[in-house]
Amino acid sequence: MINIPSTLRIAFRALKVNKTRSALTMLGIIIGVGAVIAMLAVGTGASRRIAEQISSMGSNLIMILPGATTAGGVRMGAGTQPTLTMGDAEAILKECQAVADVAPVLNGIAQVVYGHQNWSTGVVGTTPSMLQVRDWPIASGRTFTDQDVKSATKVCLLGQTVIDNLFGDVDPVGQTVRIKKIPFTVLGVLARKGQSPTGQDQDDTIYVPVTTAQKKLFGTSFPGMVRIIMVKAKSTDDLSDAERQITDLLRQRHRIGPKQENDFTVRNLTQIMKTSEQSSRVMTLLLGAIASVSLIVGGIGIMNIMLVSVTERTREIGIRMAVGAKTWDIRLQFIIEALTLSLIGGVAGVVIGVTISEILSTLSGWPTIVSTFSILLAFGFSGMVGIFFGFYPAYKASLLDPIEALRFE
Amino acid sequence: MHLLEAREIRKIYRLGDIDVPALDGVSATIEKGEFMAIMGPSGSGKSTFMNILGCLDKPTGGQYLLEGIDVAKLDRDERAAIRNKKIGFVFQGYNLLPRTSAVENVELPMLYNGLSLRERRQRSMAALGSVGLEGREYHHTSQLSGGQQQRVAIARALVNRAPILLADEPTGNLDTKTSVEIMELLKKLNNEANITIILVTHEADIAAFCRRTMRFLDGRIISDERNA
Repeated sequence: MINIPSTLRIAFRALKVNKTRSALTMLGIIIGVGAVIAMLAVGTGASRRIAEQISSMGSNLIMILPGATTAGGVRMGAGTQPTLTMGDAEAILKECQAVADVAPVLNGIAQVVYGHQNWSTGVVGTTPSMLQVRDWPIASGRTFTDQDVKSATKVCLLGQTVIDNLFGDVDPVGQTVRIKKIPFTVLGVLARKGQSPTGQDQDDTIYVPVTTAQKKLFGTSFPGMVRIIMVKAKSTDDLSDAERQITDLLRQRHRIGPKQENDFTVRNLTQIMKTSEQSSRVMTLLLGAIASVSLIVGGIGIMNIMLVSVTERTREIGIRMAVGAKTWDIRLQFIIEALTLSLIGGVAGVVIGVTISEILSTLSGWPTIVSTFSILLAFGFSGMVGIFFGFYPAYKASLLDPIEALRFE
Repeated sequence: MHLLEAREIRKIYRLGDIDVPALDGVSATIEKGEFMAIMGPSGSGKSTFMNILGCLDKPTGGQYLLEGIDVAKLDRDERAAIRNKKIGFVFQGYNLLPRTSAVENVELPMLYNGLSLRERRQRSMAALGSVGLEGREYHHTSQLSGGQQQRVAIARALVNRAPILLADEPTGNLDTKTSVEIMELLKKLNNEANITIILVTHEADIAAFCRRTMRFLDGRIISDERNA
C-alpha cells in the first residue's frame, strides 16, 4: 500500500536536508529549460515578424522582370534588357484569366526637394492599380487616376519616410515638391507599411504616373518601356495558372520561338515568401531541439547526483526497509525526489528563459514571443527527464539488502 | 501458539564457492512478554538468528513461525509489512536519520502505513513521552546525547505498537550509567506494556537485567536458562 502524500513528504524532506546539493543538481535543468524557452521565443518572434513583413508586401503577387535569369547564367541577369512594355501590361490584364490586376513600373532614384529640405529616394512610376496590387491604402488625400496617366500629369503620392524627412509635421497634401528639379503636386499620402522581408524601408518611396516617369524623369530610348510589371492573381489558387498564362502570352507577344528562352522572368513572390516562412519555422524548431540537448545533460546530472545520493544514504535506506518500507516505497521516494528537482528546476528555468527572452528582445529590437505551449512543453519535458533519469538510481536503491545496508559505513 | 517459534533453523551463506553454515539447526520458542538476552562470541550465529527473528532474512532450512505464520513463505514486501507492524528494532549505533528531529525520526515507521499527520504526531509525542524525552521532541539528532538518541530509537520501535522489540547491543556505545538507564527503561516497557524484548549482548551485566539468557556457539544454542 503506497501512500502518496507521505511519499511526497519523505521526498521533500530528504531534499530539504541537503539544500545546496539539491540546488546544484537542478542547475542543469534550469539552464536547459531556460535555453529551450529562450530559443523557441526568439524563433517564434522572428517567424512572426517575417510573416508580418510578408503580408505587408501584398498578396498573391507575381513580379515580371525583363531579361532571362537562366540564359548565360550570371552574365545576363534579370532586368537588364529592355523587353517589357506598357502594351505587355495591358495585354496581360486583358487576356490572362487568372489575373486580377496589373501595375507596370518604371522606377529610379531621384532627389526630391521641399523648401530647404532634400531627400534622395526611390521614385516609382506606375498606374493607380498599383495600390490594389500591393494592398496599399491611402492615409490622406487621394490617388492619381488613369487620366493622370494618360496626360502624364506631374502629381505624386508620398511615402511616410519621405514625409518625415521633408515635411515634419506639415501636411504635405496640396504642397509642391521638386523631383529632379521638376515641380510635382502632392495628391496624397501612402499609409505606413514598414520593412519589407528583405529589410528595405517600404515607406521610403514616391509614386508618380508611369507616363510622367517615362517622359519627364527617367526618359528612355524606348518609349513605353517599363522595368517591372507587378501582377496580382485572383486568388492564391490561381497563382500557378496566372504564371502560365502570363508566360504563354509574353512569349507570343515577343515572338519567342519554341526552342528559344524567355526574354523575361516571372517570379511568384508569394511562393518565395512562403518558402522563407517555412524555413524560419524550421529554424525555430532546430534552435529548440539544440537547446533540448542541454536538458538531456541536465537529466544526466540528476541521475548522477541521485546515484551518489543513494550510495551515501545506503544506511538510511536500510533503516527505512527495517521499519517497513516496501520495494516501491523506496523507489517512489527517489523517483519523486528526482521529479521534484526537475520540476522545480523547470519552473526556475521558465522564469529565467522568459527573462532572457525579454532582454534579447529589448537589445535586438526584434520581437520574442514566449508561447504558453513552449512553457508547457519545456515544463513537461523537464518532468519526463526527472522521471526517466531518476528511475535507475531509484531502482538500485530498492534492490539493496537491508542487512547489508544497515552495516554500510 | 507461541509468539515466535524456530524449528531446526539452518542458515548457510555462500562465499565464493564455499558454503559457510551460520546456523546449524536452531530450535527455540519465545512467548509473549519474555525478556531474553542472547549471548555468544563473534561468529556464533547470534546476529544471524536475530536477523531471521526480525524477518530481515530468511532461513535456508527449517522453519520460523511468527504468530503462527511461516515467514519463509512470504516475499520481500510481505516481510516488510510484518516488520512494520510487529517488530521494533533498536541498534547499537542508534540508526536515526541525520539532520532530522526526534519526532520525525519516531514517525518513520508510520509513514509506511499511511497514518494521518495528526495521528502520527500524536503517537510520536506519546512515544517520546514514554521514554522520558518530553521537551526534546524537536531536537535534532546532533543535539541529543547517545543515551537520548537510543531513547528516540526505542520510541521509534514502539510507535506502531509492535509486540516485539529486537535490540542488537543496545548499550554497546553507551557509558555504564546510561546503559543502566536504558536497561531500566526496557525493563519497564517489558513489565508495564508486556512487550517481548530480545536483545543481543556481550556483557553479562546487561544480560542480568533479562529473565532468560540463550547462549550460542558455532551456530547452535548451547544453553538456554531462566535467570533468577
